[in-house]
Amino acid sequence: MPTSYSDTYFPVLVQIVIAVIVAAALVAISFLLGKHVKNRVKDSPYESGIAPTGSARERFSVKFYLVAIVFILFDIEAVFLYPWAVVYRELKLFGFGEMLVFVILILVGFFYVWKKGALDWSHEAPGDSPYGDPDAAPQSSVTKNAA
Amino acid sequence: MVKLITKEGLIPSHVNKLFYLMAPFVAVALGLISIAVIPFGPEITIGPVTTWMQLTDLRIGILFVIAVSSVGVYGVALGGWASNNKYSLLGGLRSSAQMISYELPLALAVAAPLLLANTLSFRDMVNYQSGYWLGFIPRWNLIPEIIAFIVFMIAGFAETNRVPFDLPEAENELVAGFHTEYSSMNFAAFFMAEYSNMVTVTAVATLLFLGGWQPPFPAPYSDVVPILVFALAGLIAVYHGLHPARRMDKFTLPATGLVFLGIAAIFGLSLFVPVLKTILMALFWFCGKILILLFVFIWVRATLPRFRYDQLMRFAWIFLFPLAMLNLLATSLIVALTTK
Repeated sequence: MPTSYSDTYFPVLVQIVIAVIVAAALVAISFLLGKHVKNRVKDSPYESGIAPTGSARERFSVKFYLVAIVFILFDIEAVFLYPWAVVYRELKLFGFGEMLVFVILILVGFFYVWKKGALDWSHEAPGDSPYGDPDAAPQSSVTKNAA
Repeated sequence: MVKLITKEGLIPSHVNKLFYLMAPFVAVALGLISIAVIPFGPEITIGPVTTWMQLTDLRIGILFVIAVSSVGVYGVALGGWASNNKYSLLGGLRSSAQMISYELPLALAVAAPLLLANTLSFRDMVNYQSGYWLGFIPRWNLIPEIIAFIVFMIAGFAETNRVPFDLPEAENELVAGFHTEYSSMNFAAFFMAEYSNMVTVTAVATLLFLGGWQPPFPAPYSDVVPILVFALAGLIAVYHGLHPARRMDKFTLPATGLVFLGIAAIFGLSLFVPVLKTILMALFWFCGKILILLFVFIWVRATLPRFRYDQLMRFAWIFLFPLAMLNLLATSLIVALTTK
């Protein structure tokens, strides 16, 4: 029964080395075994058969950044929950109260983010999307045209 | 896969070579590392040696698996960005946003059984789930933590980018998503990573919620189950071999049947050899549970359509995350009131 840190973590180290070797071999082997024929069309980015237009490194929706930022906040919360859960049977109701306060503070932030619309991916600002609101009832435009 | 190895490993001229090659490497390596802390069975004693059916038992095993799996998002994000293709970039972005969004409910769902067992070691977690209520209901975390289990499985589907959450590779909008520009073994590497992640997720679900290698019935009954299962499978195979539907069935099916009957015989013999019995029973129940959960993964893929991206994000943040949070608070309140 290994007890020291080096005994416990040595197998993890071995596994990491094995995994790195296997993964490197997978990437290298096709490069070494496969044949190489290059031409200009084959090298161009795939865009459904038409010649690519513009750069691929375009601007993308700011919502991806928002999600990443919000995630960091809530992930730290989850990390705090783990040690709390492990010693919970010693804390009992005291631990519950403390965590309830913490979680409520976090949830206030969560509702703020929610109401600000950071979690809503379908509604853009008016005029932002050329395709309109995907959740809008389909008849509305028809009735408008009829009137 | 062997065929893919011999295919041309095309590195298009427009990619960022270092990160383009690093992405499949990272994905596969991380998929393999987390197996190190997964235990397969209980303590066994062969002669003078007492050992565990596990590479190593970290006291923070559960944290280790979650940490390694959350780094897995780099493989996808790097691959999507380095490919220098619009589809790949969008696929990589979507995938990373989806994976971090579903990681929260996943982490909260894992915290609920931690509250019950008060340990981060997989081995102690399984030992906590041994025994039976009323003599026949297994003391698995599945029963008190059914909500956490469901949240965990849904988030697990999303973390491994499986249907119905396979938005990063939505063929009808993004061609193949982040691996559009990959060919040959580099392409296969992403799928190997995906499947090894599936095995990890199901193994963790089994260990946390389904009692690991503990059988679902008390010992005298559960010992007979593997013999019956393999003998039945063998007999069915032999029967179909005697009534062949295709030409080769005459040879292949009876051979398979004999192999199954042989396995049944080994299980039968093992009842008289305690060490062998412990090993085989643990492996049978652990692998059996993992295979059932993997069956669910494939089953869902054949059943459900794909989500729309805004539905996917809203589902994670506005339904799954508060649900997991409430479940965690309810669990902690009950544990606090019942602990003496």
